[in-house]
Amino acid sequence: MDLTRKSALVTGASRGLGRALAEQLAAAGARVVLVARSEAELTRVVEAIRSKGSEAHALVADVSRKADVYPIAGAAAELVGPLDLLIHNASSLGPTPLRLLLDTECEDLSSVLETNVIGPFRLSRAVAGSMALRKTGTILHISSDASVNAYERWGAYSVSKAARDHLSRLWAAELAERGVRVLSVDPGEMDTQMHQQAMPDADPQSLTRPEQVASRIIQLLCDSSVPSGSRVEAQSWRTA
Amino acid sequence: MIAASQSSQSAEHTPIRPARAAQRGFQPERLLVIDPLTYRFGDYRIAELPRLLGPGDVLVVNDAATLPASLQVDADLELRLVSTQPDATFRAVTFGAGDFRQPTELRSAPRALRLGERLQFRADLAATVVDIDATDSRLVRMRFETSGAAFLRALYAHAKPIQYSYSAEPLQLWDVQNRYASRPWAFELPSAGRTLTFEALFEIEKRGATLTHVTHAAGISSTGSEQLDARLPLGERYEISDAAAEALGRARADDGRLIAVGTSVVRALEGRADSDGVVRSGRGETNLRLSSSYQPRVVNGLLTGLHEPGTSHFALLEAFAPRQLLLRAVEHAAKTGYLQHEFGDSCLILAGALLDRLVA
Repeated sequence: MDLTRKSALVTGASRGLGRALAEQLAAAGARVVLVARSEAELTRVVEAIRSKGSEAHALVADVSRKADVYPIAGAAAELVGPLDLLIHNASSLGPTPLRLLLDTECEDLSSVLETNVIGPFRLSRAVAGSMALRKTGTILHISSDASVNAYERWGAYSVSKAARDHLSRLWAAELAERGVRVLSVDPGEMDTQMHQQAMPDADPQSLTRPEQVASRIIQLLCDSSVPSGSRVEAQSWRTA
Repeated sequence: MIAASQSSQSAEHTPIRPARAAQRGFQPERLLVIDPLTYRFGDYRIAELPRLLGPGDVLVVNDAATLPASLQVDADLELRLVSTQPDATFRAVTFGAGDFRQPTELRSAPRALRLGERLQFRADLAATVVDIDATDSRLVRMRFETSGAAFLRALYAHAKPIQYSYSAEPLQLWDVQNRYASRPWAFELPSAGRTLTFEALFEIEKRGATLTHVTHAAGISSTGSEQLDARLPLGERYEISDAAAEALGRARADDGRLIAVGTSVVRALEGRADSDGVVRSGRGETNLRLSSSYQPRVVNGLLTGLHEPGTSHFALLEAFAPRQLLLRAVEHAAKTGYLQHEFGDSCLILAGALLDRLVA
């Protein structure tokens, strides 16, 4: 995939990995729409990208709200054209400090699933039909090692990421013959605000910078040898 | 399958029952197939559409997503967006007090807008009236004060989808999108595509037909004024992709049939076709009006909704089948409980669709 003039949408793009992905996609020549809830943070990121001469647009929206889905999908297609790339990066940990399942409120699990699974399903549903019609496009789900490992206290997030991985495989299976590639990437532990919230005692020096992970993910997107339906660990993956 | 000649009456018809519109989870399934070649019609299911098409045929959909195009200024004034102009202004029609439960023709007359008047919809959405139509003051052109992401965010936050008086409850934006929708160019749902599932679309391709798309900015269907309705559709922009032009060229070379999903697709393709019937890729605007006197140059068949005789939609079907055949088919539809309007059942008008060798 050559990213020049490609239209891309990244959710959770105001900080961390989402921000790094949006910046690097834009630097590679893509036309990028950034989605996040925080207007002030998002505007700063978009202005920084534009100041380097790249194209970026800020859409303030909440991917967990059904009412926001068509406004996101419609505005993005209007701003940069029918989408070539959709990156589901936005995620919620639920309440922090993280809790044992026995201490997890049912409503908190629902709301994490709404942001991490149902929201991405809805947005893909609003975007992937056009990709299937045009027989082109890539959908990328940002996963976590918590989707395969049962870490204590990561319950709600962990369950949602396991479901997100399987959602990725299901989209891949159903769109296999439609020219739409669907991937899931485990970014590994990164020095981000989310990681700080989940594990406040971790030494930031021991963590990978989100910019480094983003650059690996961009290589992965451009490498057509990684088949649709794959789940890739970004930090151990190497280009062939 | 029913031979039309068996139908008893002709001019007198039973009105079609209004569709149970916008009931969440309701998926219309019936497909009335009308064949002007054999002069027959028959009852099918949308799921059977794939077997009525075959190798060489091309099904063209309109991939425009639907914008929320109804903007309330205050309790007594609503604006409905109709089209985007090349100078980035919007054409709009004004409506007076009333809500979606009232048919548009029963709404009170809106107050007259003044040239240069500023309309404040909400804190971050305002527009200026830059033109008022000479013959109908309800038709205006306006320029919004913002553009890009800021404009779209405010528009999506403030505006509602255009509503239909037969709806049981207000339509949400989610209710007025086709499954393959992309850029939000349409001001009302291009509703013919609403019954198409991807199950059916994938099957159509598996059987050797080609699926392609145009993007057409379908405008509003009704203004409540006879005089203004008579001018619809106003000019509508469209885009024909390279892939679509190529598919249409192949169909033309191989004598494949070209089936439009919705009259907006017919307008885009017929509006674009040159005198030899060649459709080139690119953007344009069309004022094409379909009627019994219009002879389609490139489109062979039409998948569309069901509408009563006397409506403008019924009149434009006459470009594809003789009036008498349509009347009999529609009478049959009414008697056998087909659902009409934007959220109802479908009808396919295609010459040869019901030849015995094809539907055996």
